[in-house]
Amino acid sequence: MASSGLELLWVSLPQLGKGAAQTLSISFLSIAFSTVGGVVYGVLRTLNSKALNLVLRIYLELFRAIPVLVWLYLLFFGLPIFFGLSIPSFWCAVLVLSLWGASEVGEVVRGALHSLPRGQREAGLSIGLSDPQLYGYVLLPQALKRMTPPTINVYTRIIKTSSLAVLIGVVDVIKVGQQIIERTYESVLIYGALFLFFFFICYPLSAASKVLERRWAQA
Amino acid sequence: MSALIEFQGFNKYFGDQQVLKGIDLSVQSGEVVVILGPSGCGKSTLLRCLNGLEVAHSGSLRFAGKELLDKATDWRQVRQDVGMVFQSYHLFPHMSVLDNILLGPLKVQKREPREARAQAEKLLERVGLSDKRDAYPRQLSGGQQQRIAIVRSLCMNPQVMLFDEVTAALDPEMVKEVLEVIQGLARDGMTLLIVTHEMAFARAVADRVVFMEAGRILEQNTPEAFFTNPQTARAQQFLEKFSFVSTLPKRTKELELL
Repeated sequence: MASSGLELLWVSLPQLGKGAAQTLSISFLSIAFSTVGGVVYGVLRTLNSKALNLVLRIYLELFRAIPVLVWLYLLFFGLPIFFGLSIPSFWCAVLVLSLWGASEVGEVVRGALHSLPRGQREAGLSIGLSDPQLYGYVLLPQALKRMTPPTINVYTRIIKTSSLAVLIGVVDVIKVGQQIIERTYESVLIYGALFLFFFFICYPLSAASKVLERRWAQA
Repeated sequence: MSALIEFQGFNKYFGDQQVLKGIDLSVQSGEVVVILGPSGCGKSTLLRCLNGLEVAHSGSLRFAGKELLDKATDWRQVRQDVGMVFQSYHLFPHMSVLDNILLGPLKVQKREPREARAQAEKLLERVGLSDKRDAYPRQLSGGQQQRIAIVRSLCMNPQVMLFDEVTAALDPEMVKEVLEVIQGLARDGMTLLIVTHEMAFARAVADRVVFMEAGRILEQNTPEAFFTNPQTARAQQFLEKFSFVSTLPKRTKELELL
């Protein structure tokens, strides 16, 4: 049994690998877009423009209030029906996870910028810095320390939530696992392997965030 | 001779509350003006209007011949000519002393790095902190941080320096080292606008004292005239409060006998 289990894993490896590649591509693309979008969102929220704040608040609340799964269905099945526009399931998943992730990272960035003493902004302005210089040289580098641990937390949630992409037809690592189970009934073995897969992707991230936190606490 | 800084009928509101009321004040180039007055009288706000950290509402404020209340005012340009030092220093904690000082000269003024660095070193030497050029702000005392903050402003070669209660957050023994630096600037003929609660310092350094209360200028005079013979009852009261401690009645011996 044990040897046949290992054998099964071994022969399934290419198939599982393909699924894992899907999961990882969706996750890392979404993480990259979330980070860029989140920083833009966070900075825009601290510019104190009323109109801009209203638009961004609406965006934030939409992604807070509506489950990611509903967004996936809305864009994947809704866009073709209402706008005749269809997106491949892979990119639909990246789009939804990025928009959701950007709202989460964005709130972290906004909070981190907001928590800096107001004098930092005033001192920067007083030596004639432009807004991009003020954020680039003074505010964001200081905010980085405060925002890294919670941002990495968002990253691990993005990786885990990417599994919802199965429901719009993406063949990710979980889908592949289910296919193997349907064929072989080895559910404990396969789910165990999936558990280890997600654990070894997410745990190093948390560990890295802890190391960074400690290093910055000393500096 | 036209003034470097000229407020005329200058007004400023926070919401419905008017915090500066019809301010008329002109400062000549090379003059040292100390602004005194009780907390909340608008003296800090007055300074902050000069470099655009606060928005003015009406009246006129001219700096080096330009009207600053114009919508088209290029505040980044003005701020390079108007140095400002704050009560809590506000050094950038993630940068070394030298990087703090050079950020403006290199990134805003786009100066030649070697030339800017030479000036920074010279200024550091002047305030006695050459050995701290690679230190980080958290490794410095309050007085040292404040002297660095002054150098950071000076290295932009401003036409005027604004000091907003720069010794109010310092331990008494560090006040002196900061005041000495400011006094040196005054001696060199730099134009200074100083908000402070250090009365003895005001008297020593000022060419002119401006007394404010509730958003108005009540009195302007030479330091000697202001401190020995204030013209308004409010200024007299204000000065009496500062001499209160030195005129406290001593404890009598009888209490000890009981």
